[in-house]
Amino acid sequence: MLTLRFSIQRYLPEQDRIPRMQLYELALAQMPRDWMLLDALEHLRQQDPTLAFRSSCKEGVCGSDGMNVNGKNRLSCITRLSTVWDEVKDKDGIIKIHPLPGLPIIRDLVVDMNQFFQHYAAVQPWLIPPAGDRDHELLQTPTQRAELEGLYECILCACCTTSCPAFWWNPDKFHGPAALLAAQRFVSDSRDQHTQTRLQALDDAYGTFRCRNIQNCTANCPKGLDPSGAIRALKRKMLTE
Amino acid sequence: MEFETYHFDAVIVGSGGAGLRAALMLSEKGIRTAVVSKVFPTRSHTVAAQGGINAALGNILPDNWLWHMYDTIKGSDYLGDQDAIEYMCREAPDVVRELEHFGVPFSRTESGKIYQRPFGGQSLNFGQRQAARTCAAADRTGHAILHSLYQQNLRAQTTFFVEHQAIDLIRDERGDIAALMVLDIATGEYKVLRSRAIMLATGGAAQLFRTNTNARINTGDGLAMILRAGLALQDMEFWQFHPTGLSGKGILISEAARGEGGVLRNAAGEAFMKHYAPHARELASRDVVARAIAIEVQEGRGCGVNQDHVWLDLTHLDSALIKQRLPAIREIALTFAGIDICQEPIPVYPTAHYMMGGIPTNIHGQVKTLNDQGEVEVLPNLFAVGECACVSVHGANRLGGNSLLDIVVFGRAAARQLIEQLSHQPLDYFDAPLDLQPVERRIQRWQACDASSSDGTPASLRQRLQTIMETGCGVFRTEDTLNKCIDDLTEFSAQVDKLMLQDRSEVFNLERLEAFELENLLALAWATVHSARSRQESRGAHYRLDYSSRDDDNWLKHTLYFQSQPVNTPRLAYVPVTLQPLTVPSFPPKKRVY
Repeated sequence: MLTLRFSIQRYLPEQDRIPRMQLYELALAQMPRDWMLLDALEHLRQQDPTLAFRSSCKEGVCGSDGMNVNGKNRLSCITRLSTVWDEVKDKDGIIKIHPLPGLPIIRDLVVDMNQFFQHYAAVQPWLIPPAGDRDHELLQTPTQRAELEGLYECILCACCTTSCPAFWWNPDKFHGPAALLAAQRFVSDSRDQHTQTRLQALDDAYGTFRCRNIQNCTANCPKGLDPSGAIRALKRKMLTE
Repeated sequence: MEFETYHFDAVIVGSGGAGLRAALMLSEKGIRTAVVSKVFPTRSHTVAAQGGINAALGNILPDNWLWHMYDTIKGSDYLGDQDAIEYMCREAPDVVRELEHFGVPFSRTESGKIYQRPFGGQSLNFGQRQAARTCAAADRTGHAILHSLYQQNLRAQTTFFVEHQAIDLIRDERGDIAALMVLDIATGEYKVLRSRAIMLATGGAAQLFRTNTNARINTGDGLAMILRAGLALQDMEFWQFHPTGLSGKGILISEAARGEGGVLRNAAGEAFMKHYAPHARELASRDVVARAIAIEVQEGRGCGVNQDHVWLDLTHLDSALIKQRLPAIREIALTFAGIDICQEPIPVYPTAHYMMGGIPTNIHGQVKTLNDQGEVEVLPNLFAVGECACVSVHGANRLGGNSLLDIVVFGRAAARQLIEQLSHQPLDYFDAPLDLQPVERRIQRWQACDASSSDGTPASLRQRLQTIMETGCGVFRTEDTLNKCIDDLTEFSAQVDKLMLQDRSEVFNLERLEAFELENLLALAWATVHSARSRQESRGAHYRLDYSSRDDDNWLKHTLYFQSQPVNTPRLAYVPVTLQPLTVPSFPPKKRVY
């Protein structure tokens, strides 16, 4: 018999003045090999339907269920339960779950992501193709297309941006790694016609250059992307072009 | 009850590919448009589509939209409407090029064109060689399309009601559908959105089954709203079971894995598809492959300790190709099964994936129903697009790569029609008072809380419902399983009637949200089981062990289901399949062999 213990941050605005930690227990015959953390959280919700967290696709592609687990930002649906248990079982034996840091809390593990999405929109993350001919494909060689690898796959889960100290300090001004990764995605697209305008708009002491190369973003990206590298490449392009 | 009221020219419910494609066109034309979504737009389930989008671009092999049309009709087991299928296949190259201009990062050929891969059920020259018609962005095509459409909507400044759950359609005193009730999930506030036109784009509902590829949000909210509004759902007996779900989990392993050369093997290591589809083999249509896998397992040739799956083997493929073309599949197998697909085969089994049926519409996305005389009638100002709609381009079985196509083609077509209609409509349309009583009753039902009297939670009841449906309405059906399913649902409905909620908060009350979703799923469960029990034949994805062949004499027709009271005595009607295309000769039904 295995009893897993979870300490989960709770906050119900109608009754809590400040967030509190609540202890949950889950009794299992043994560690289920194929369980993700999300499977465990769903069982806890059956014990306590008032525990609120976002989730949807269950396979790490919709980006809903970012949360801070044992001090690291992760997606609960692609994080193995055994992994987070192994991290604590020889210490205090409690898996600790908090909302993503640095954003206002709405309830329990649900954070207000408006600011995050505003920064995304601020970098104008849309392709501006050449005007005119809509009847033919815009050609792009495999080498040009390869420039987008590691950039277009972002799922906007905010694990990177909410792990970034520069974002914690200047959340209103610094775009943060997810938005800058998107910026670099369009700067790198051979089909886009506004590269220079984009680079000029991003050349800003706060928006881009608050990035101090701390690299928490890359360490916390659940999709294995490298926002830090993308930001370095973006800065380099600003200097050279 | 008092509600804050908002006014729009168009309200779109759902922010997947269909809703966002329509919204983009409306916003660009200056129509006051609101998109309502229960999740942030890029969380919509289009994001999980993997393999690609079909269009006869001919970038790899010569191609023709007429061949695409033929394949789609054959794939539909002749239940698809040929006018709609012609329209979709002709529009396909144009919508794909348009997506490319919107920024979709398609994979590329050496000459810089959009990469296309072979997919199931597609052929050159009316059933001869395998075609390569599926335009792909690696195996993340849905993600690439959804993000690009959201990005273009940001540019066009579309208004979004994010994390708002649609509750019900509201009629005005004249009986016209004139507004939508929504719940702001973050505050618990209910709002009325009045609109000159409403478009449902709420996606699928495979959450109805225990093992499925769908997101938790895929609960068929728009379809249940249609039923409660007294309108019809079409062909709800046709659910696609995708052949290759990750065994035990149901997670989608894209058809791209077979398109790129993957082979299905049983416990003896035999590539068994040659017995079921001698020519197309792994790339036969999905209903054929799903049944083949189920039969292999039933007859004792399944793999693993429990002999409950087959192997999808890619180990003979070049690992560089796998990493380039199937990176997300590799990641999924590694994460969920601890398997490197370059080295080991993937354990797979069929999993509920897609709803061919839905809200009946014409090719302009306008919702159809039957009037009191039993004649087909188009509703003014109510549209449905995407998986929630049944145009019907997929008939009894959808081809892989036709779903992403369906959503952008008909999202665009419906937006065009809506713009055209609004230009003729008088502007005083907002004025008639609304009949709010029915929706208020539904809201009141889930405001009450009393933990002590309840047996189960919405989440545990959903699981129970999924098990009932998987047992009764799965890959194989009989009169007996369907009757049992009706008995189980009757008992289950009583349990839902007694359900009481425990969460008293107005802020992000997910238990209440799940209760609304559970009601929606239950309404669709009834639609499915009644439609399936009545159809005494096997066609496409609807396979009856007790009526194992297709019966064109009696059943070449669409089912229409209406909800009635009590729900276990349904009202069913039938309408003919449109066999006449728009401009080309008909493809008459013939025996379907792959």
